[in-house]
Amino acid sequence: MRLLNLFKIAFKAIILNKMRTLLTMLGIIIGVASVIAMLAIGEGSKDSIRSTISSMGSNMITIRPGADMRGGVRQERSAMESLTLSDYKAIKQQADLLTYITPVVNGGGQVINGSNNWPSTIYGVNPDYLNIKMIDLQSGSMFTDAEVQSASKVVLIGQTVVDNIFPNGEDPVGKMIRFNSIPFKVIGVLEEKGENTFGQDQDDVVIAPFTTVQKRILAIDHLNQVIASAISEEDAPDAVTQVTEILRSQHKLTDNQDDDFNVRSMEELISTFSATSEMLTILLVAVAGISLLIGGIGIMNIMYVSVKERTKEIGLRMAVGGKGSDILMQFLIEAILISITGGLLGVILGLGSTVFIEKFLHWPTNVALYSIIISFAVCAVTGIFFGWYPARKAASLDPITALRYE
Amino acid sequence: MSKEIIKIEDLKREFTMGNETVHALKGISFSIKEGEFVTIMGSSGSGKSTLLNILGCLDQPTSGTYEIDGLKVKDLDKNALATIRNEKIGFIFQSYNLLVRTSALENVELPLLYNSKVSTEDRRERAIKALEKVGLADRMQHTPSQLSGGQQQRVAIARSLVNNPVMILADEATGNLDTRTSYEIMSLFQELNKQGITITFVTHEPDIASFSNRTIILKDGNIIKDNLNAKIQSAATELASLPIEDH
Repeated sequence: MRLLNLFKIAFKAIILNKMRTLLTMLGIIIGVASVIAMLAIGEGSKDSIRSTISSMGSNMITIRPGADMRGGVRQERSAMESLTLSDYKAIKQQADLLTYITPVVNGGGQVINGSNNWPSTIYGVNPDYLNIKMIDLQSGSMFTDAEVQSASKVVLIGQTVVDNIFPNGEDPVGKMIRFNSIPFKVIGVLEEKGENTFGQDQDDVVIAPFTTVQKRILAIDHLNQVIASAISEEDAPDAVTQVTEILRSQHKLTDNQDDDFNVRSMEELISTFSATSEMLTILLVAVAGISLLIGGIGIMNIMYVSVKERTKEIGLRMAVGGKGSDILMQFLIEAILISITGGLLGVILGLGSTVFIEKFLHWPTNVALYSIIISFAVCAVTGIFFGWYPARKAASLDPITALRYE
Repeated sequence: MSKEIIKIEDLKREFTMGNETVHALKGISFSIKEGEFVTIMGSSGSGKSTLLNILGCLDQPTSGTYEIDGLKVKDLDKNALATIRNEKIGFIFQSYNLLVRTSALENVELPLLYNSKVSTEDRRERAIKALEKVGLADRMQHTPSQLSGGQQQRVAIARSLVNNPVMILADEATGNLDTRTSYEIMSLFQELNKQGITITFVTHEPDIASFSNRTIILKDGNIIKDNLNAKIQSAATELASLPIEDH
């Protein structure tokens, strides 16, 4: 018997029972749609985390003091004064996997312009900072190495600071402002970056030469951190190792002593956050997968009822020459048609709801092609798997009994 | 002498029910020649259903030989039996057994769907011809629920004819019909028989048997009578003599 004929027969049976078929498909439709939508949400949030972190500089390496013990007591990181300018210089000289490097000292304070003031954070850095953090300037220019040398009282400010202390919209470049009580000359405004994924306002900053901040504001000679950028994202892990070695010898640590600093690349941060969202994705997909399974059981149920209901028809088909294999194929094709059509509708619904989620809930989504392929394949397998038993049952009917069945 | 379509020798069929063995057919022999119109009669329990199942290649005898159109049926597997049913036998049932919500034409096409040698166009053409033969040329697109009992049985007859079988096997084909309609159906059978189609008709109604040219009577698994009808009645004449009903 030609396969095409079997397809026609199966198709006809489906058409004759539109409502029942649709209800049977519903499980599959919902299952597939939710797998696709869940994966799209998972992938989307992963992408958004990755892009946020990348916008902070994906090959950035952060070196912080830390994990020191004084008399057996672990100290708070801010209390550490183990990172010094000479560490920075050593890294700058010896590490060849780094392109940019800057010391960072930071402190909070009040930015004042006339009668307007605003609490903000001042970062003392060198000119490499903008390159590492990938920050552009709106207007004005960055301070120079010479200005760092001479501890000049110049600052660059972020848009949030501009909005709060220059409420009338005048150009801040060239104006004098005060940070706490120290007067500074504004020489540039940073490009707006908005909030990052963690809800931090990246425009609420004041940037000044680190020498100035060290001496005139904080009165310290250690560094809060050193940030650098690796030659490339791939080189970041090696750069981390390199920096660690330099610092260990710099701090004269013996082999059995722990690091009194820690070096992290953005890559680690990305994988930490991705792992969280991946975990969530797996959970969501598991739930969706279960609904797909239930959909499959629904198909089996209906096919089983259908075989029972059409016993007489099966008897007739056998009497007029249908072989067991023909009957088996007919019901199997029917089950597969139901599950594949359901899968197709599910894909459409899944894509539709993804668009909906993106548009109205503003969640980042990203439909992965593999999610469509996988859920579709699962559908076909579901059809075969759950269609097999009822079809087998139909095929093994005795034509005499089947014909007499009422 | 015309060709023997059916040849049965010492045919036995036993069923095992628990510890007991039921002898449904106790060694019967007969043959049916091409162009015969045979009725097989018998009360329930006589073994006529068992014989019908074996004749229709739905069941296998326990012993003895059964040949249809020169083919020995014994020891054939299920698939081979299905092929014989598909190509050599036309079935007609008491309850018509038409596919619901399926047009008369598609119902008639059904046996040919299981024959890969017949093309789609050929299938349609033969189904149309078969329906024309039973006088339903104007009802081809009707579904069973839109047809009367007699018309439904005509569709079933067309279905049994469509594969050009060597024999039509009818099981109480008039059992669900009123007298008038069953005479109409019998008249159709007689007409088809005149065209050379071999018919085996299982029934328990004696008046139906009178339309055939040979009657085999079964009792308790044995043939107790096998004779040619001396006086074959014409169903068409009988039909004409029925009082005209008011509708």
